Amino acid sequence: MFGTLSYSKQKNIIIVSFLLIPLILLGTFTFYPALKLIYYSFTNWDGYSPEKPWVGLANYREVFSTPDIFLVFKHNFAYFVMGIIQNIVAIYFAVVLNSKLRGKNAFRIMLFLPYIMNGVAVAFMFGYVFDTTNGSLNMLLNSIGLSSLAETSWLGTEGLVNYSLASTGFWRFMGYNMVIYIASLQAIPRDIYEAAKIDGAGTFQTLWRITLPNMKAVIQLNLFLTVTGALEVFDLPFVLTKGGPAGASQTYVMRVVDTAFAYNNYGLASAMSIILLFFVVFVLLIQQLVLNRGGDK
Amino acid sequence: MAHTKFRFIDFIKYFTLLIGVFVVLFPPYVVIVNAFKSTDEFNTTSSTALPKSFLNFDNFVAVFERGGLLSGFGNVLFIIIITLTLNILFGTMVAYVLGRFSFKMKPVVFGAYLVATIIPSITTQVATFGIIKDLGLYNTLGAPIVLYIGADVIQIILYMQFIRNIPFDLDENAMVEGASLFKIYRSIIFPLLTPATATLVILKTIGIYNDMYIPYLYMPKQSLGVVTTVLMRFQGVNSGEWNLICAAILIILLPTVILYIFLQRYIFEGVTSGAVK
Repeated sequence: MFGTLSYSKQKNIIIVSFLLIPLILLGTFTFYPALKLIYYSFTNWDGYSPEKPWVGLANYREVFSTPDIFLVFKHNFAYFVMGIIQNIVAIYFAVVLNSKLRGKNAFRIMLFLPYIMNGVAVAFMFGYVFDTTNGSLNMLLNSIGLSSLAETSWLGTEGLVNYSLASTGFWRFMGYNMVIYIASLQAIPRDIYEAAKIDGAGTFQTLWRITLPNMKAVIQLNLFLTVTGALEVFDLPFVLTKGGPAGASQTYVMRVVDTAFAYNNYGLASAMSIILLFFVVFVLLIQQLVLNRGGDK
Repeated sequence: MAHTKFRFIDFIKYFTLLIGVFVVLFPPYVVIVNAFKSTDEFNTTSSTALPKSFLNFDNFVAVFERGGLLSGFGNVLFIIIITLTLNILFGTMVAYVLGRFSFKMKPVVFGAYLVATIIPSITTQVATFGIIKDLGLYNTLGAPIVLYIGADVIQIILYMQFIRNIPFDLDENAMVEGASLFKIYRSIIFPLLTPATATLVILKTIGIYNDMYIPYLYMPKQSLGVVTTVLMRFQGVNSGEWNLICAAILIILLPTVILYIFLQRYIFEGVTSGAVK
């Protein structure tokens, strides 16, 4: 019966019926929450009472005038630093695994392995590795003669805990970046390299003048993911340290979740979320700007 | 001279790769050896020493008996099956409409999906929480399902990239033969999107299986635990008994690692086709 209708009628029916449910879902769980969040951020709603008193910009003023809240970003900074190192290491391994080498595939499979592992299980695994007295990291350090380091409390020292946690992130996601870099390397045409060889370019010259410029777009994409990922860290510190010792590893998203669900301050938490969202969009815009600039050759 | 330089570079390459592999494998190695140790043995041996026997399954039995892991696996499997079915259906439908027809609202719909990829769902959680509660989905398996379908639009972007490569001639030929537009979707487009569907199934399965945030926030009820939240609870109750926890970690890591070993080629393809535009 449907088939006997004209194609333009069929088209209209298909468009409406195929898009209806997906768009309702998209609206309900992506756009509606975003709009509600903006509204909540101007109220001091406690999360359950029926009235949501309007307070204007008070929440934003509170966020910006409480240095304590922004200081949390200092903890996120460790993830950013490790993320940058992670990308450099990933590019290095990608270049190495794209060159002539035995057992390339086996190395690639091994180095990517952590990415598919369960994050909570990985967190506990590192909880054990980092354990001060029973931990295998200190045991390893001891056995290679670095016994002065082997007493370190990796998750219990304020200045260190974020870097210990971030290195777990490094362990988990380096392979993911590497695989993406390998794919982008394989998209570079072979003959450019042959031409460079004929012109007498050395290994490092080729790397600097051909390989890296050709990977630019992908490097930028990964850097965007690194920056936003560093801003949004939640599960690792939440599972492993619960923000301790004494709040030294609390991240911004943990703080938002606590503000909303533990202290029932939904208004303030919403304002904090909006500020985070703003940061993410800001990073994206900056990146687009830089990317487009670089594109005009 | 050139010869020795070449050798040296090769040495550096293998040396750094081996360090990388060691760093990757060291933590799982520690978990594996300790998962097979009895409490006595665990307390008296070094954490990197091999266990007396790899046939000591007591810890694994204890984890299954005490931890409620089976229901955790059951719940996450249920969520994955329902989510993926709906994801595939909705993803292909939206891609078909946006990839094949032009209509007035198309730029708006398309734009909505693009903008949605920029909004990280972790930032809107405070408001999403209220919506889930209002819909009566809090503490039900429905909460993660609707969130994995509605708040994650990556699958639609993935399908739209794939549908561009299916020649439009196929549709036109089918129209000449009088096929309805629904039939074109069902018997031409849907089957031809299978590679994208395979990618989606693999990546989403791993993603949902590994997710902690959504189940933790929306399904605190004990009977609705998924593997990640069950593991968190188990660790909380048995903290310090590292040999037991190691066994639990191992049980939870095993399914994805096995999946990975068999499907690594497709996983690499999926990861790169999802990320490199």
